[in-house]
Amino acid sequence: MLKKKKRIKDHHGEQRMFTQRAVVATGLIALGIFALIARLVWLQVVRYEYFAEQAQGNRVRIEPLPPGRGLILDRTGVPLALNAPSFQLEITREQVPNLDATLAGLAALNLLDRENIANLKRDIKRRRSFEGVPVKLSLNEEELARFAVRQQDFPGVEIKPRLSRKYPLSASGVHALGYVGIVSEADQKILDSDEYAGTTLVGKAGVEKSYEQELHGKTGYQQLLVNAQGRRVDTLGGKTYALERKEPTAGNDLYLTIDERLQSAAEEMLHGERAAVVAIDPNNGDVLALVSTPGFDPNLFGRGLSHAQYLDLYENPEQPMYDRALKGVYPSGSTIKPFMAMAGLYYNVIAPLDTRMCPGYFRLPGVNRPWLDWEKKGHGSVNMVKAIKTSCDVYFYSLANTLGVDRIHDYLTSFGFGQTTGIDIEGEKKATLPSTAWRRQAFKDKAMQTWYPGDTINIGIGQGFLTVTPMQLAHATATMAMHGKRFQPRLVHAIRDAITGEKRELAPIVLDDAKSNDASNWDVVINGMQEVVKPGGTAVVAFSGAPYTVAAKTGTAQAFSLAKGQKYNAAQLSKRMKDHALFIAFAPAEQPKIAIAVVVENGGHGGSTAAPIARRLFDFMLLPPEQLAEQEAKRAAKMQKAQVAATPGDE
Amino acid sequence: MELDTSHAQRTLTWTARLLSALQLDGPLLTGIGLLAVVSLVILYSASSASWPVVGSQASKFALALVVMIIVAQLPSRLLMLAAPWLYGLGLVLLLAVMVKGEVSLGAQRWLNLGFVRFQPSEIMKIAVPLFCAWYVHDRPLPPSLFNIGVLALAILVPVGIIAKQPDLGTALLVGAAGAMALLLSGLQKRYIFGVFAALIPTAWIAWAYLLHDYQRQRVLTFMDPSNDPLGSGYHIIQSQIAIGSGGIFGKGYLNGSQAQLAYLPERSTDFIFAVIGEEWGLIGLVIVLFLYLFVISRCLFLATSAQDTFARTIAGSLGLTFAVYVFVNTGMVTGLLPVVGVPLPLISYGGTSMVTLMAGFGILMAVNAKRRLVGH
Repeated sequence: MLKKKKRIKDHHGEQRMFTQRAVVATGLIALGIFALIARLVWLQVVRYEYFAEQAQGNRVRIEPLPPGRGLILDRTGVPLALNAPSFQLEITREQVPNLDATLAGLAALNLLDRENIANLKRDIKRRRSFEGVPVKLSLNEEELARFAVRQQDFPGVEIKPRLSRKYPLSASGVHALGYVGIVSEADQKILDSDEYAGTTLVGKAGVEKSYEQELHGKTGYQQLLVNAQGRRVDTLGGKTYALERKEPTAGNDLYLTIDERLQSAAEEMLHGERAAVVAIDPNNGDVLALVSTPGFDPNLFGRGLSHAQYLDLYENPEQPMYDRALKGVYPSGSTIKPFMAMAGLYYNVIAPLDTRMCPGYFRLPGVNRPWLDWEKKGHGSVNMVKAIKTSCDVYFYSLANTLGVDRIHDYLTSFGFGQTTGIDIEGEKKATLPSTAWRRQAFKDKAMQTWYPGDTINIGIGQGFLTVTPMQLAHATATMAMHGKRFQPRLVHAIRDAITGEKRELAPIVLDDAKSNDASNWDVVINGMQEVVKPGGTAVVAFSGAPYTVAAKTGTAQAFSLAKGQKYNAAQLSKRMKDHALFIAFAPAEQPKIAIAVVVENGGHGGSTAAPIARRLFDFMLLPPEQLAEQEAKRAAKMQKAQVAATPGDE
Repeated sequence: MELDTSHAQRTLTWTARLLSALQLDGPLLTGIGLLAVVSLVILYSASSASWPVVGSQASKFALALVVMIIVAQLPSRLLMLAAPWLYGLGLVLLLAVMVKGEVSLGAQRWLNLGFVRFQPSEIMKIAVPLFCAWYVHDRPLPPSLFNIGVLALAILVPVGIIAKQPDLGTALLVGAAGAMALLLSGLQKRYIFGVFAALIPTAWIAWAYLLHDYQRQRVLTFMDPSNDPLGSGYHIIQSQIAIGSGGIFGKGYLNGSQAQLAYLPERSTDFIFAVIGEEWGLIGLVIVLFLYLFVISRCLFLATSAQDTFARTIAGSLGLTFAVYVFVNTGMVTGLLPVVGVPLPLISYGGTSMVTLMAGFGILMAVNAKRRLVGH
């Protein structure tokens, strides 16, 4: 029994229905066509005059108004990056009758490099026809005058007042700060072309790059009345027009964690060296100083680099563009020893008071070659504190051998070694925290993939496969100072909103704690590090008379090979063969306010070359003003005298 | 004199015979041909007098014409047989694009088969109405609720995939093609009004969750072009200046300053209607619009005179989709609708969509061929 009868197709009914619908559709389409025609009548008849005028060449042009870039200040408010007015030459393609002739004419006036014309032409073609494209930045007065007298020969070429970037302290802090440069083809692929209309400079490195979004601001625009030649006019046919203008919004200001006093003090002391310093506030990860010498003047990029300047920066054997603090990968040398001691305590393979006999060398059963201590005659019987204090190699050879590479790897990972620290600028290197698994992947050659016990022994004193960056070393030292509490290093601690003027503090980023199973372990190792600056320690001279407690460790790392692409140069070689000097420290030992890592390439001994830098920065950070002035005066007097000889007490 | 007339008559008869032998519809072909002529002439101006562009467009027309003639030869029954398979193939290719298509200009639309690179979404412009027509052919009309559901699903799945690529223009046209088939199959008025009522919440959801930022920006800019005078508002402002300044009679061929001085973006493709408006004025645009009206009504006339449901539905929906094409583009260029990347059919420069369009006309002619009058 069927409840619903199956419907049967009604062909005639369907045909009728279809015809009906088709007729309705035709009617609607005709209606649509007439609506369109009505719109066309509105545009082409009623509003004809208005549009005709706009198209006549007498039209309203839209000009972007680039925003002022946010300022960058140090933690005390010292300006590090500002905007200064300058004049630049711009070409607007839609107004130029003959681009080739115009560019050739500008080159003839010596305002452009002839070699640059092809590139400029490509740049101009890439931008939209109504956009002004800068062809020369920061014109000086003489150049301004030279162009001004010939201006009428160059329709579509204008001198525009713009804000350019100025770094008042020149090279100071350049690797943290970064720099701005002309928007490149690669930049344009990433940037929003509307937001960057009229913007000439964009962050290329450092904070300038990583905080580009905060610094840039919002582009505004204004309507301009222009005549057929593209010149600006106030009225058209006696009529004035209501022109729109939307003001740009300036970018936000950044407050860096950098303390310019510490930064420039370290830079001054390292003048002429290839070196890196990272100082961190252990309580929040604030980077107080980020030094990499030699540096360079970031102002050069905002003006446009000449060929000679380019070569001087990029082909220089001293590599000024290279940020040694984040990208420099060095053997840690003995600075790894306190962390190695922590690993030994964590895995219970050694107790603080257990002693090892140091005869001046260490032997592994079945291996002929002994591992030598830096002190040929040996340190005698050493416990953990003494081992750190005197930097006894044999103690740590033995400890590393007992631990094995994979436990060392697992433990040091928790201090941030072998990883990027996550600091808020780009380019950080991971360096190498080796393990058996690492070695299997690192080498193509099968024979090279096996980890040997001897490899582990080298790691015990921070040689062999183990490498670190100065940033990692400073971060790990800060972690030690905080008894394992870790903060992600950062360069920006507050952002001032350009609209509200409100200064917004950024919360420190807490990372997982370093591994620890007994709180007293920290006291043992830190005690050892405090002994380093006491009589008999390896850094006693640099900290003599310091009115605060210091925990430190010196290090010396073999610089075994020449850098890539470097030519053999006998005069330079002697210096470049010297060891790298390393130093880590924090103070005051009980309530740390500053932790530091110093690396001086080919600097010799950590205690004599690197430690005095730490001492000075600590003084800046910890001494009351009058004591600091006294210390600085003493230091200046000492500098007057001849170079102080290296202390023989060093490792 | 008499001799001349008879000569002319003979030529006419001969042409008519040829057309009928090739299963082609004379009036429709004439309309298409006139639009093609308009296209080549205005393209010469829009491309700043570039013969290569005109030549390339002419060869695309020739290719598309060959495709149309071949399709017109196919028996209606074969088309019906192929409909579900073509639809299935199109769907598979769309999914393939989603998985491993080529990304170009930020959208994943192209499928590279090694020897040829094409957009599977183009197939869907024909496959979707063909599938709908096939589906309703044997079923009593107006369709039951269940059948409406099946059809809606068959339409919305490819539309969704294409919109996700993201290619809003093509998604819109594929959706329109299906919707037209559904309307012509006698979808009850209550459903039609129901859909319109449902459109409001749907639009809200699409706005909030489905649209990409740049698509949302386009809608905002359409509401107020001065909102974004440096970005997509620029297109709308410039195209209205071009049309408006053309006036009643236009500035004359090759004399449009907006077009010739490159103020008007995409003047050979999506915004070619504005070039016609600037150079040939209101008169030129009205003539073009009437040409379109002629082509559309001829399509619908052919559809009403078709003999079975399949033929009627496919012919009618292809004709109406063509109308949607025209309205979306002209509406966009004149500032009545938001900017959606849809070319002006048969006039804009470009090959892929032209071949699809002409294949559609081929189907229209194929299902109306006289010799298959006796069916079933």
